[in-house]
Amino acid sequence: MTAVEKIPADKIKIEGLTGDAAIAHALKQCDVDVLAAYPITPQTIIVEDFQKFVANGEVKTKVIPVESEHSAMSACVGAAAAGGRVATATASAGLALMWEILYCAASMRMPIVLAVANRALSAPINIHNDWSDTYGARDSGFIQIYCQSCQEAYDTTIMAFKLAEDHRVLLPVMVCIDGFILSHNVERVEMLPDEAVREFLGVREPVLPLDPDNPITMGPLALTDYYFEIKEGQDRAMYNVPEVFKEVEEAFKKMTGRAYGMYETYRTEDAEIIIITHSTPGGTAKVVADVLREQGEKVGVVRLRMFRPFPVDEIVKEVKHAKAVAVFEKCRSFGATCNPLAMEIRAALYDLDEKPMVTDFVIGLGGRDVPPTTIVEGYNKTKEYLAKGKAPLYETLGVRK
Amino acid sequence: MKLKKFDEIPMAGHIVEPGNAMEYKTGGWRAMRPVLNEETCLWVKNGTCGLCWIFCPDNAVKLIEKDGKYIHEFDLDYCKGCGICANQCPTDSIKMESE
Repeated sequence: MTAVEKIPADKIKIEGLTGDAAIAHALKQCDVDVLAAYPITPQTIIVEDFQKFVANGEVKTKVIPVESEHSAMSACVGAAAAGGRVATATASAGLALMWEILYCAASMRMPIVLAVANRALSAPINIHNDWSDTYGARDSGFIQIYCQSCQEAYDTTIMAFKLAEDHRVLLPVMVCIDGFILSHNVERVEMLPDEAVREFLGVREPVLPLDPDNPITMGPLALTDYYFEIKEGQDRAMYNVPEVFKEVEEAFKKMTGRAYGMYETYRTEDAEIIIITHSTPGGTAKVVADVLREQGEKVGVVRLRMFRPFPVDEIVKEVKHAKAVAVFEKCRSFGATCNPLAMEIRAALYDLDEKPMVTDFVIGLGGRDVPPTTIVEGYNKTKEYLAKGKAPLYETLGVRK
Repeated sequence: MKLKKFDEIPMAGHIVEPGNAMEYKTGGWRAMRPVLNEETCLWVKNGTCGLCWIFCPDNAVKLIEKDGKYIHEFDLDYCKGCGICANQCPTDSIKMESE
């Protein structure tokens, strides 16, 4: 890791930025070589703003305006294979159309940063936020980090390149923000000077890049004899993520004073019920915890940031002493026993002899508002189930039924 | 060839030595093998024809000229037994036989 120093306050630029704009600014400062993207709400502003920077000569990125998201990710894979620093952005149906190449990017070990403004999947067509899109891609081999604020989106985008490009990792990263709720809302964002970001990231040093003088074949056919071994190697790269992530965050903290961790804990020390969620409901849950604490309730919040790789041991450590864990997630995994986030947590807790009860609440599908009262409702239900000693596998909250 | 472990191969299964497909003997895929009747083969007879050599998709037909003699060989390391040579032969000199 390069030595970085604390950036003095007078060199920090403060602006009111939407989540999308914050990511666009971060991408500019990361000096990406290639950005290939196709517009889709609510991600559009990221690429729109970025194109403005390119048109104004503020950054020398080659922007490839492709004809679809499938092509966007394909172009990114090509550019990353040639050794470039590469980014793209998408949402919902766009991510769905990228699907095939998501797996290629991860298994070919391309350190691409993909910003996703989480949006519901059709049908019915809907442009608002839930997590069905990236939760669906949870097995693609991408690292997934979910952000709660515009500042966090900016910071995470910068750190994502350092994490992805580390030779112990070399995996693509999804930086996820809640569509509209974060992507289109203006918050105060502190931006680093360009030189600081440049120094923090350095120039990407590719491993086995495409090179006319040393021709190689990437992503070749591998059948029953080698496919499994290649997947084993890919899996092992995921193991290295937490360690490298910690190093990257420590270096970033030295520079900015900010670090977020793989998850955030809030008033969990003596909590009997711990709420687990991520992205913007994380902020709502913390406010709810404050109010409930005033009423004498022993409640805390774990706001997850990194969903892939899932920080199993750490999450178990944080919640194992609680009586119950109330999961709030914006996704329904149709036909499944419960939903992606609760499934991870239930599986993580399974080996404990004494484990907390896990309740799973599906909230906010298609951008349905998740007011504090929804979190309170889930909390009260969890208390009720604790008293009864039994909880349903999952239930929906905030829907007319 | 001894198969390698996951940490003995290049990252992501990249092929870092160009042309190493030569080492991959695809002849193992073959269920039927071509057998030549030298009596009627035009190449062996007078060094003409060569249709099997032209059509073989795997370059597995070897037409050799040595000391004024015409020698015909199949490279069974790479012949997949597709039978195109047998199909093209104008004198029916190639027969496909079960491995």
